[in-house]
Amino acid sequence: MSTTAPVAVQPVPRALGKLVGRRVRDWAPALLVLVLGLVGWQQAIRIFAIEDFLLPRPTVIATTFWEGRDELLRAGWFTFQEALGGFAIGCGAAVALALLLARWRGLGRALMPYAIAANAIPIIAFAPITNAWFSPLTKSSKIAIAAVLCFFPVLVNALRGLTSVRPASIDLMRSYGAGELAIFRQVRLPTALPYIFTGMKVASVLAMIGAVVGEYFGGSFEALGVLIRSRAQIFAFAEAWAAIVVASGFGIAFYLAIALIERVTLHWLPAARE
Amino acid sequence: MSVVELQGVSKSFGRDVTALEGIELKIEQGEFISLIGPSGCGKSTLLRIMGDLVEPSSGRVVVNGKTARQARIDREYGIVFQDAVLFDWRTVLRNISLPLELSGWDRRRRKGRVREMLELVELTGFGDHYPWQLSGGMQQRVSIARALSFDPALLLMDEPFGALDEMTRERLNLELLQIWARSASTIVFVTHSIAEAVFLSTRVVVMSARPGRISDVVSIDLPQPRTGLTREDPHFFELVTEVREALHLGSDGERGTAQASAGDPAV
Repeated sequence: MSTTAPVAVQPVPRALGKLVGRRVRDWAPALLVLVLGLVGWQQAIRIFAIEDFLLPRPTVIATTFWEGRDELLRAGWFTFQEALGGFAIGCGAAVALALLLARWRGLGRALMPYAIAANAIPIIAFAPITNAWFSPLTKSSKIAIAAVLCFFPVLVNALRGLTSVRPASIDLMRSYGAGELAIFRQVRLPTALPYIFTGMKVASVLAMIGAVVGEYFGGSFEALGVLIRSRAQIFAFAEAWAAIVVASGFGIAFYLAIALIERVTLHWLPAARE
Repeated sequence: MSVVELQGVSKSFGRDVTALEGIELKIEQGEFISLIGPSGCGKSTLLRIMGDLVEPSSGRVVVNGKTARQARIDREYGIVFQDAVLFDWRTVLRNISLPLELSGWDRRRRKGRVREMLELVELTGFGDHYPWQLSGGMQQRVSIARALSFDPALLLMDEPFGALDEMTRERLNLELLQIWARSASTIVFVTHSIAEAVFLSTRVVVMSARPGRISDVVSIDLPQPRTGLTREDPHFFELVTEVREALHLGSDGERGTAQASAGDPAV
């Protein structure tokens, strides 16, 4: 253990160089798999003579993307805004409720079974209904479905975090005459944060899914989900695929952004320093 | 004035479990008191009552002339648990300065004091490490430094070295005595180990179980300062024997009352 310790206090340039070197080594196998996968896909289509409408070649998808990039990225951004809005509302509400449930445990015992049950409901099935509630052409209907999707994993994780504080930590704080507020700031919140981030990483993926699927049931013509559906209906599969790639790109970028914030915020976690 | 005064302190959990009964104890300034006894004798509970982490069912607890609660709010206690209870999100430095932050010390004063404390527990150079980067013994030294950082009137230690290996434990025992001598604090120390209690203490409070009572108080008149050689002093062994016999007497007495109560269904 103590042998790894000096890394933390090394002069920055050397540590940075080492870090970059290690990153390259860490990522090289995954990148290799990506390249092999794309090459394999391309070759499989040629060898088995798969029709383009069933599965376009990666090069075709890439070309299609490049030609329609302005429209695709604009649509992606439009849908991402819905996902982001839903994420913010869903996570905010979930953390707020988790705080209440952690504070009043009786309330938690009364509501948690329903929260867990609700978590098992395929919420995405409600998408046509939220469209009806908020009018399908608005962003609000997609924000609503994304928010509900984000809500439960964050609630369950945040509550677990807030209630997993070691009793000895509370005793220690009390022995210093600390009040509830200080105990919350110094102990409960830092203990809960890793759990909340776990929930938020799950939610970031769900938010994008919720927004796109919500759009399948109707939405503005600028929306990515509408684009995917309409292109698939007119057999423009390469364009549908390019739009799916954009949706995936935004989803992955969102996840990575949350993961990055997590890493910066929780820099003290042993796992984050490995 | 005594630092701690316990008068008729009892503690029951629920209706059937009497953890402590009729505890009378006075602890003077600068004493090193060990509480020793079998599991379930309530020694940890007694320590927690002194620290106002548990309320007694009856009796009076006076700490520096105040109620235990007032003493806690006035930050008269430094507590060390069996686990170091360090906060993973704080560096060693910031763990030690936590009670100082809560007491509203400014940054410069905190910095100076934390450096002194690191020196005291011989961890200079480890201030920027995180707790998980330290060994168990080092973590416990950090928690001792944290407890001492604000000069509490009373240091309460609940089996602080219980989870450590024998070698580390003996070394930390010596360090603790040096710290105690330098800081002139009053220490109450819960332990399972007779030898540890005798080696460290000015008085050993022997407790018996069910209900938890003080069955004997053994004065330890070994010369100060104590060193590694103290453990080889014949008088050390005499005192260890005395405490051991007191412990057995206590548990025999317990067996006696158990038999008596078995014979009397009304009890």
